[in-house]
Amino acid sequence: MANASYLRTEDAPLLPPPVSDTGIAGWMRRHVLSTMNDFSSPGAGIRSVLMGLLTLLLLYYGLSALWGIIDFAFIKAVWSDPEGLKRGVCTTAEQGGVATGEVGACWPYVQAKVKLFIYGRYPESELWRPNLIFALLAAGLGWIIIDKAPGRRFIALLMLSVFPLAALILLTGGHAGLSRTGMVIMAVSGVVLTLAGHLGLRGVLGEILLAFGGGVRLLGLLFLIIAAVMFFMSIDYGLEKVPTDFWGGLLVTLVVALTGIVASLPLGIVLALGRRSSLPLFRVLSITFIEFWRGVPLISVLFMSSVMLPLFLPEGTDFDKLLRALIGVALFSSAYMAENIRGGLQAIPKGQYEGASALGLSYNQSMRMIILPQALKIVIPGIVNTFISLFKDTTLVLIIGLFDLLGMVQSSFTDPSWATPVTSATGYLVCAVTFWVFCFSMSRYSVHLEKKLHTGHKR
Amino acid sequence: MKFKKVLLGLAVVACTASAQAATTLETIKEKGYLQCGVSQGLPGFSNPDDKGNWTGLDVDYCRALAAAIFGDAEKVRFTPLSAKERFTALSSGEIDVLSRNTTWSMTRDTQLGLNFVGVTYYDGQGMMVPKSLGATSAKELDGAKICVNTGTTTELNITDYFKTHNMGFELVAFEKSDEVIAAYGAGRCDVYTTDRSGVAAERLKLANPDDHMVLPEIISKEPLGPVVRQGDDQWFNIGRWVYYALLNAEEFGITSANVDEMANSENPEIKRFLGKDDSKFGEGIGLGNDWAYNIVKLVGNYGEIYDRNVGPDTPLKLERGVNALWTEGGIQYAPPVR
Repeated sequence: MANASYLRTEDAPLLPPPVSDTGIAGWMRRHVLSTMNDFSSPGAGIRSVLMGLLTLLLLYYGLSALWGIIDFAFIKAVWSDPEGLKRGVCTTAEQGGVATGEVGACWPYVQAKVKLFIYGRYPESELWRPNLIFALLAAGLGWIIIDKAPGRRFIALLMLSVFPLAALILLTGGHAGLSRTGMVIMAVSGVVLTLAGHLGLRGVLGEILLAFGGGVRLLGLLFLIIAAVMFFMSIDYGLEKVPTDFWGGLLVTLVVALTGIVASLPLGIVLALGRRSSLPLFRVLSITFIEFWRGVPLISVLFMSSVMLPLFLPEGTDFDKLLRALIGVALFSSAYMAENIRGGLQAIPKGQYEGASALGLSYNQSMRMIILPQALKIVIPGIVNTFISLFKDTTLVLIIGLFDLLGMVQSSFTDPSWATPVTSATGYLVCAVTFWVFCFSMSRYSVHLEKKLHTGHKR
Repeated sequence: MKFKKVLLGLAVVACTASAQAATTLETIKEKGYLQCGVSQGLPGFSNPDDKGNWTGLDVDYCRALAAAIFGDAEKVRFTPLSAKERFTALSSGEIDVLSRNTTWSMTRDTQLGLNFVGVTYYDGQGMMVPKSLGATSAKELDGAKICVNTGTTTELNITDYFKTHNMGFELVAFEKSDEVIAAYGAGRCDVYTTDRSGVAAERLKLANPDDHMVLPEIISKEPLGPVVRQGDDQWFNIGRWVYYALLNAEEFGITSANVDEMANSENPEIKRFLGKDDSKFGEGIGLGNDWAYNIVKLVGNYGEIYDRNVGPDTPLKLERGVNALWTEGGIQYAPPVR
């Protein structure tokens, strides 16, 4: 029996970590100073000193840049224009105004123009329409983003079907003078194609339709959707019509970006699958499409649509400028999207394809249930990358005379009643912050999505 | 090359097809508004105000045109166009009239299937220098660094001017006018050059406008005016006489404020002009006989438009100069209505 007095009956009390390892000091020592407090040899000493100097230098430049922005945007800024002096309030006496000392950001200018920046020249009495759309968009997206919200699938479905249609009708006012015959032809051919595809897939209509039934059915459904959209667009809702010339600012930026984003993903998937298809017809068509759109710059696509296209169309054909840009942007980004997704498809091991076949799944089933979920997960960073660059590329629509956020801001610089040395800097600052907020949220959400879908296989 | 030819051919077919359609005036009356091409923003000529409404000299010309056609100056829609797409937009019929500070030159008048209706603003290229440079004439600028917009006639003109006078120079070119003035303001060049109206507007963006002066030399002729498609003489006449009506109204002293009084005037010329006698000048060009009355009542005369948009009381502070009426020493001259 051992002597009990030699054995500890309780744990020794935990000591707090040494002071040098905790708090700000500890963090600094471990993460910052650890690279510059090594003086064990002359070489290491020199390295430490240089490192310290470099750190100080970068700190100085970083802080002074930050200070510059704060100084411009807040401290030296002019905040209000109670007397309605316009440019006078943001200019000094030498420049013809009343401000004293150096002037920073001219916020009254932004206040005066903020409606332009957000809605463009959308009629004031109708602003509730874009507002409603913005609210619905925020609510819908918020709902989908929250992981635990009930009925996310249902909301997502609504956002992809009812919401775009509602946005289209609310923003334009509906009651478009569309040809009834066109609508009927579209609807009838839609029904015929859908039926033909459906029956063809069952092998009733011979071998060719057996092979292409899926495509035919897809085309038919597309026609039906177009017919439905045309139908809803032609109804008179008693809303005032607002032609797209009146749209502008953030509204146009969001319309172009969201249309591009929503259209490019499904189109991109179809193109990516087409490019890897074993049917030469699909493959060649997909490759041609992708390589064509990847081969031309977006600017020239937009230019072609606004400068050349009107020359070919018969006079009086009013093909909406915004619509032209939307189609151009959607096709353009879908080509990039297709290549992103193809990358994902190629990264899936062959065993997955073979396993799916061995289970007796059809092509559609194996793609839907086995391949695409894995492939899309892999390429989330690429997809979001394309979305973000698409969002920023929307600023190019300015060259065809559409005023997106940046265009609206730039055109407001030409108002002589607000011409001051700081106007453009203020405007660009607003623009930069707005774009950053949108792009950064997209990027954060993609990180979150990656973490959520990261089910096991660590990279 | 073959592809280019096919494109050109198609373009020509499209143009001729448009010439055979209904007249421009009929089309405009049918759709109920005038479609007017303006710039994407040039201070005083066409720029959006706080509400996004277009204002400016070029814009007011289009409003006058709408007033003459519809008796309503608001029945006009504006299409902002870049310098590159403006002529296509006009010849494709996307717009009915182009009022976008467009310089009238021989090439544009004769080779593009377009017609200039007149000169609503006589501009010319000017130069601005810092006072500290001590130059009083452009001829003293040997070896200067010059800030210009790329790809514009300004770049060409300034090069020609310096070569003609055997002076050395260095061009500092930028894409956007904002960048040009910012570079000049930061002292990257000694000379800022663009059209004189533009110099006045950009000067407002300098930190110390009083430290800079505009040199007396005007080195190019830039007659700016509205443009219409060739081949529709009626529309061309309307465009031209709306401009003349603005000038005649100023010459008669008719303003938007006193036009109703003037309508009762005994002066036969004024009565004829405002359509208050039996002459039917308005009908002669396909408009109502009160066309000129509507223009002046709803938009004003040329002097009013000038003062409102670019005149001495606006931030641009441009004197009338050559744009004064011929009776006041300028060269704005309109044929009589009779």
